[in-house]
Amino acid sequence: MSRMRANPPGVDPKLLIKDAAKLMPAPTRRLFLRGGASLGALAVLTGCDIIDGPSAEHVLTKISYLNDRAQAWLFNPNKLAPTYPDSAVTRPFPFNAYYPEDEAPEVDKDDYKLEVGGLVDDKKSWTLDELYALPQETQITRHVCVEGWSAIGKWTGTPLREFLRRVGADTRAKYVWFRCAEGYSTSIDMPTALHPQTQMTFKFDDQILSRKYGFPMKVRMPTKLGFKNPKYVMEMAVTDKYLGGYWEDQGYNWFSGS
Amino acid sequence: MSFEATHDQVLTPAAPARAVIHPVWVRVTHWINVVAMAVMIGSGWEIYNASPLFPFVFPRAITLGGWLAGALLWHFAAMWLLAVNGLVYLVLGFLTGRFQRKLVPIRPGEVLSDAKAALTGKLTHDDLSVYNAVQKLLYLGVIVAGVVIVLSGLAIWKPVQLQELTALFGGYDAARYVHFFAMATIVGFVIVHVIMALLVPKSLRAMITGR
Repeated sequence: MSRMRANPPGVDPKLLIKDAAKLMPAPTRRLFLRGGASLGALAVLTGCDIIDGPSAEHVLTKISYLNDRAQAWLFNPNKLAPTYPDSAVTRPFPFNAYYPEDEAPEVDKDDYKLEVGGLVDDKKSWTLDELYALPQETQITRHVCVEGWSAIGKWTGTPLREFLRRVGADTRAKYVWFRCAEGYSTSIDMPTALHPQTQMTFKFDDQILSRKYGFPMKVRMPTKLGFKNPKYVMEMAVTDKYLGGYWEDQGYNWFSGS
Repeated sequence: MSFEATHDQVLTPAAPARAVIHPVWVRVTHWINVVAMAVMIGSGWEIYNASPLFPFVFPRAITLGGWLAGALLWHFAAMWLLAVNGLVYLVLGFLTGRFQRKLVPIRPGEVLSDAKAALTGKLTHDDLSVYNAVQKLLYLGVIVAGVVIVLSGLAIWKPVQLQELTALFGGYDAARYVHFFAMATIVGFVIVHVIMALLVPKSLRAMITGR
């Protein structure tokens, strides 16, 4: 009984520590690591989700959809991204893609025609000269990459909402989808498409877009992460159908708002 | 833990209940926070690795998520658990008066003398319900670090929608450094905290059973 007095009554210290050990940070982390490793492996190997019962990946994907809705709710269509002076522009502005710079697509300016489809009145394709004739604006805004780094760039082009108005887009539709020359694609929500700073970009730093920066057209949106800003855009469509995108289909959050 | 309850009842049916050191809301939020923090820190290290701020990366073996997209999924899922649990803890901490009772006042003189006593092995932990000055400072400090890490995280996550907050941290890039150092502070706290819990096992017991 002296042992019982030395220790708290009714508590076996060995059992207690064993119990507590289950709640300690290190093993907990290892447990989640296993889940994480398989999650990464799945995504890398398949590029799509294999869902076999309530796996960690299934749950995480569901939460990512909830985060899309939370971000859509948080998105203020009238809130402008901060702008910067010309001196703040990052020069040279970094190239970033899933391929090296010398493998970037080369689009012929004479053959180029922007295809416009989906829920629009006028489905005619647009030549570069026709696009260049549209009213243009310049913005100096921060490009934030999903990897964490950021850079300030100077982009010039036509507000997407002006273009959507001209082609008679149904702005009650949910999405605008973009297809790019190298097979890249992404899609955005309509409120972001109509944001005043969302731009069909033809120039970077006052020069016609180089191949590096997405010639002949990029879509710039400072309210979203960099990978949501497609380069080498060949086609856009207004749609109610969720079409995901290159990175989004591999597990990156779809909304990815800034 | 249900086993312990039974064990307790069988062996000491009439024992007078000892005073509760940690009420149930403290224990529940504490252990939820352990899980949330483990996920946030492990996935945060993997996210850091995608664009390191310093000339080092975290070994893949101790990160969570496998690659950037996986880590981001974990990070943006566990953030809800961390934030909601943290908010519940803060609100109850103030409303019940626990913070006011246990964490203040912190007197610099006491911190120094208690720190000296702790480092020379002379600081006792006889009464777990009263924190010494070093404990007060560390517990209050880690709460502040927790608030800073959540706010700087929001500033990084939404530098346009929450741009006023981002500006408060000195801009997007500065907020990343704040977020990193808040993490480093918390990890430093956790190391000391776990060592102390192992050195004074009854403190660990109190965080499980409450007594």
